[in-house]
Amino acid sequence: MEIVKPLLQFLAAALLAPLLPGVINRVKAFFAGRKGRPLLQLYYDLAKLLRKTPVYSRTTTWVFRAGPLLGAAALVTALALLPFAGRPSFLSFDGDFIFLLYLLGLARFATVLAALDTGSAFEGMGASREMQFAVFAEPAFFMGLASLARVTGQTSLAGMFGALTGGTWSTAAPVLALLTASFFLVLLAENSRVPADDPDTHLELTMIHEVMVLDHSGPDLAYILYGAALKLWLFAALIGSTVLPRHSGSWAGDSALFLLMMFGLAAAVGVVESVIARLRLTKVPYMLITAFAFSALALIFQMGR
Amino acid sequence: MHTLAELIIVFVILLNLALSVTGGLAACIRLVAVQGVVAGILPLLAGDGAPHARTVIFAAAIMLLKGAVFPWLLLRARDRSGAGKDVEPLISYPASVMLCLGAFIASSWLGSRLPLPDTGVAWIVPASLATIFTGFLLITTRSKAITQVLGYLVIENGIYIFGLALFVEQPLMVELAILLDVFVAVFVMGIAIFHISREFDHIDTAELSELSDWRRGEYGK
Amino acid sequence: MLLVLLSLALLLAGSALALLLARNPGRAQDAGAYYAVAASLAGLVPAVRVLLTGETETLALPWSVPLGSLSFNLDPLAAFFLVPVFLLTGLAAVYGADYLKGYAGKKPLGLAWAAFNVLTAAMVLVLTAANAVLFMVGWELMAAASFLLVLFEHEREQSRRAAFLYISAGGVGALLLLAAFALLGRSSASLDFALFSAPAGAAASAVFLLGLFGFGLKAGFVPLHVWLPEAHPAAPSQVSAVMSGVMIKTGIYGLIRLLGFLPVWEEWWGWTLLAAGAASCLIGALFSLAQHELKRVLAYSSIENIGIIVMALGLGVVASINGSPVMAGLAFAGALLHVLNHSLFKGLLFMGAGAVLHGAGTAELEALGGLGKRMPRTAAFFLAGAASACALPPFNGFAGEFLIYLGAFKALGQPGPAGLAGVIAGLSLAAAGALAAAAFSRAAGTAFLGEPRTEMAARAHEAGPLMLFSMGALALLCLLSGLAGPFLLLPVGTASAAAFGLPPALAAAASAAQPLAGVAAGFLVLLAMIAFGAVKRKVFLRGKTPAQGLTWDCGYAAPTARMQYGASSFAQPLTDFFQPVLRKIGQYPVITEYFPARASFSREAQAVFYNSVYRPVAVRIRDLAYRFSWIQHGRLQLYILYIVVTLILLLLWKL
Repeated sequence: MEIVKPLLQFLAAALLAPLLPGVINRVKAFFAGRKGRPLLQLYYDLAKLLRKTPVYSRTTTWVFRAGPLLGAAALVTALALLPFAGRPSFLSFDGDFIFLLYLLGLARFATVLAALDTGSAFEGMGASREMQFAVFAEPAFFMGLASLARVTGQTSLAGMFGALTGGTWSTAAPVLALLTASFFLVLLAENSRVPADDPDTHLELTMIHEVMVLDHSGPDLAYILYGAALKLWLFAALIGSTVLPRHSGSWAGDSALFLLMMFGLAAAVGVVESVIARLRLTKVPYMLITAFAFSALALIFQMGR
Repeated sequence: MHTLAELIIVFVILLNLALSVTGGLAACIRLVAVQGVVAGILPLLAGDGAPHARTVIFAAAIMLLKGAVFPWLLLRARDRSGAGKDVEPLISYPASVMLCLGAFIASSWLGSRLPLPDTGVAWIVPASLATIFTGFLLITTRSKAITQVLGYLVIENGIYIFGLALFVEQPLMVELAILLDVFVAVFVMGIAIFHISREFDHIDTAELSELSDWRRGEYGK
Repeated sequence: MLLVLLSLALLLAGSALALLLARNPGRAQDAGAYYAVAASLAGLVPAVRVLLTGETETLALPWSVPLGSLSFNLDPLAAFFLVPVFLLTGLAAVYGADYLKGYAGKKPLGLAWAAFNVLTAAMVLVLTAANAVLFMVGWELMAAASFLLVLFEHEREQSRRAAFLYISAGGVGALLLLAAFALLGRSSASLDFALFSAPAGAAASAVFLLGLFGFGLKAGFVPLHVWLPEAHPAAPSQVSAVMSGVMIKTGIYGLIRLLGFLPVWEEWWGWTLLAAGAASCLIGALFSLAQHELKRVLAYSSIENIGIIVMALGLGVVASINGSPVMAGLAFAGALLHVLNHSLFKGLLFMGAGAVLHGAGTAELEALGGLGKRMPRTAAFFLAGAASACALPPFNGFAGEFLIYLGAFKALGQPGPAGLAGVIAGLSLAAAGALAAAAFSRAAGTAFLGEPRTEMAARAHEAGPLMLFSMGALALLCLLSGLAGPFLLLPVGTASAAAFGLPPALAAAASAAQPLAGVAAGFLVLLAMIAFGAVKRKVFLRGKTPAQGLTWDCGYAAPTARMQYGASSFAQPLTDFFQPVLRKIGQYPVITEYFPARASFSREAQAVFYNSVYRPVAVRIRDLAYRFSWIQHGRLQLYILYIVVTLILLLLWKL
């Protein structure tokens, strides 16, 4: 009984994650007045890439081939920790969000090393920027989780989101609002969305995340794209569970609402991408420092209560 | 009622953060105005039940002054003096954010130490102190004269909120006195900026140091 | 206990033999290495036994030294520190047998092996001594032996400078420790640890401060770290591994013992430890990002990890004073676990750096590149160590940091100071973790990946079989001890109980059991996912032959190795951001023409603390000392006169 629901949740997340980029693209297309790509484009891309034969640079070693694999595996593992609509997944223990944080770190480390393995100036540049932004994003993300832990008095993801109710929003609204803002900024930066990076750009010099994976092809690229979709899902789920703390008691109802929330968040990302210009590269850390300030303020509010 | 007041307090703090990082002069002026208006709402929420007519009138006057008259004066001063569009901070964005956060942490520590009557509104004292600190931050780390005026206005907002925390009942008399001072100050500064800019073609306070007898490089030779 | 003595005897015999056989480098090598390995095996048995049973073994022998006694004490805490000492020195000896081969005939290998074995013996002595005099003998022996090893390449001016700095720091530290022990034992007839009186009030604080600085100078946390990034890279690599992996931990051991001697703690001690630890982990990580030499990167990373350990101790002290024994227990357990983990991965990383030095002839990052193709095994092991150092799952670095995080988060729920301490500790850990990830991806990436940047790197060769064996064993241990987190909780618990009292340690171990089991389960899930992904990838690629080509360089078809992102360029966004702290010197090219022909760019990391804090003080002291140089005139007769005068004065004083 208690294994079926987590399994269903996990499968739903794993299968629906590639929809989020599709939603974002549709929203962007709507704003631009275009017809846009099909909603399921990423699924088509993945299916196509998995059938293709990859090309490897002569410079590369096993590190290059292992990068996408490790990244995707780390994110799938992270998904197994992630609560779904405030309900625990397979793995849930005290401090599991720290594990989640470091799984994201592992995915990043593997991607960066794979990029450096190509010996390309552009991919090295992307790797350097990715690491730079991580240095600013991690403290912000950490502070956000810390204030969430402080608000709910829990130290596991499932515990935190389980203890979060509508009542929490009425007593600690400022804290949760600041947190949501901070998480959203981190989501944009970590998933290379617009103010930080432009996923649609095709100039190597200005790319960050995309430039790191220029040399990957075939199933490796499929792993990377899938991992990126999972990462987006992960951050969106954290925000979604914070914003939507209702527990109606009905599993199906909660889950449906949660999924709706996820697509709503994707749409929000799409709106942000459509109406905001990209930040200058040197300003991206500023955005993350702002996110840090938000979550630090949230924590101070909560601690001084 | 208090939840709303708390939200306003949080908003004031966020405005402080925004003020400490905003690069545009016009945006900065508007932020100060918004802060003044938002702070002006606070006394309406103070008592139980509907506020007195007198309180409403005073609050409306303050909001009008801070939300419309001051920004209009300042924007005019900016245009006339040719102050340009940018704030020109002397320190970087991260440093400003960290200073503002540090100011808030310091004021929450200070607020917990001060023997003040309990207002029932969380964060009102730290927020007011942090606002005053932010005003000082604007005055000390921005190069233009007009941002100094803005700094004084932010300090005034802070004092206003602090006054609310101190005298939950009748802050308005104190407030009016201060407001009058600031009004005169803004007026004088507006005129002064205008004249300084006519004399010297700029309103950069760093250049004002040329007026000093002390010359860089000559000292200690 | 007898086995520990046996291993001490073996080590001393090994060094004597190595000295005797110094004429024949090959046999001296063999003698040194064999005896070191035998001593490790002999010593591991009692250490592990004590850890598992939790029973303390003691031994006291008569000794004619005043205030001293030859008393040994092997309690779980000492055993917990002894295990990595024996593990790492044994493997380092195996590694050294290969590594030092190239130096035969050029360097006095007999002396080096003798010093290495004495160093190991001294560490064992320090960890098992139950008497302050014996402890100090071991302590000074340790400093002297490692001083000789730092001077191994004495023809390099840098090595001599490093050794001088090192011995000065060691001397100052020993003096402070002597004062601390004198204060502790002033009311008893002997300086046995068991007989120490428990000082209170100002005396306790004085002892704490003396011990903090004395042990801190050995552990090397900020701001007492200046000697570390100079001395550790200067020694031969297997010695660097031992020094960074276990020797600096004797400082941590001393700090923990010191906290045990002082039954009543003050809250500001905890804050001091917390602040020093947080500063060290941030500054260590940041500076390791800015270094250009692989071994210096690792040395700064040691400062970072020592900082993490010290920070956890501080968090524990603050939490236990504020009535949160479980959190304190978690923090202490995390500190101890990180001691073990750090010694494993840092040993591995230094050996990897040694293999690079051995194979390519240089460890300058800008001269390396592409070593992954030329030395694939070393590259794999080094990457495992790097992942471990960044606390990435599924390696062991994560487990210790996880416990500290857990303690910090449990503290976070508490009102008042404990909560604040938790925030500071957790935030520093997160920020240092991100910086360390940047530093290690940079170091590993520029050294092992991409194309070789110089001819030296292109001609690099794989390390010898014994070196590979040591590194492989350590890499395996890093993975296994990561997976075995829940099982390590028992020894960590007993060690922590021996150090900080039973109930909190047990409560902490109990509360950490379930999360650590969760982490281990997570590691297994991760490994399963990796395996699943790998198998799927095989399936997708079945029957296809991947094409080979050039790296995509924006369409440029003739890339050269010089076009790669280098170590400086990789770190530049971050080092520029933190320039106020790092104070790198160098210049950017100034381009004035439309078609610039040549441009040069240089950035160099500085020893900021040494230059801006210590050097001015040292210069003052030197100038002051010059004023008294007239005493040192070189006339023998007058020197003898000094002696006579002193003797007479002493006689008069005693009358």
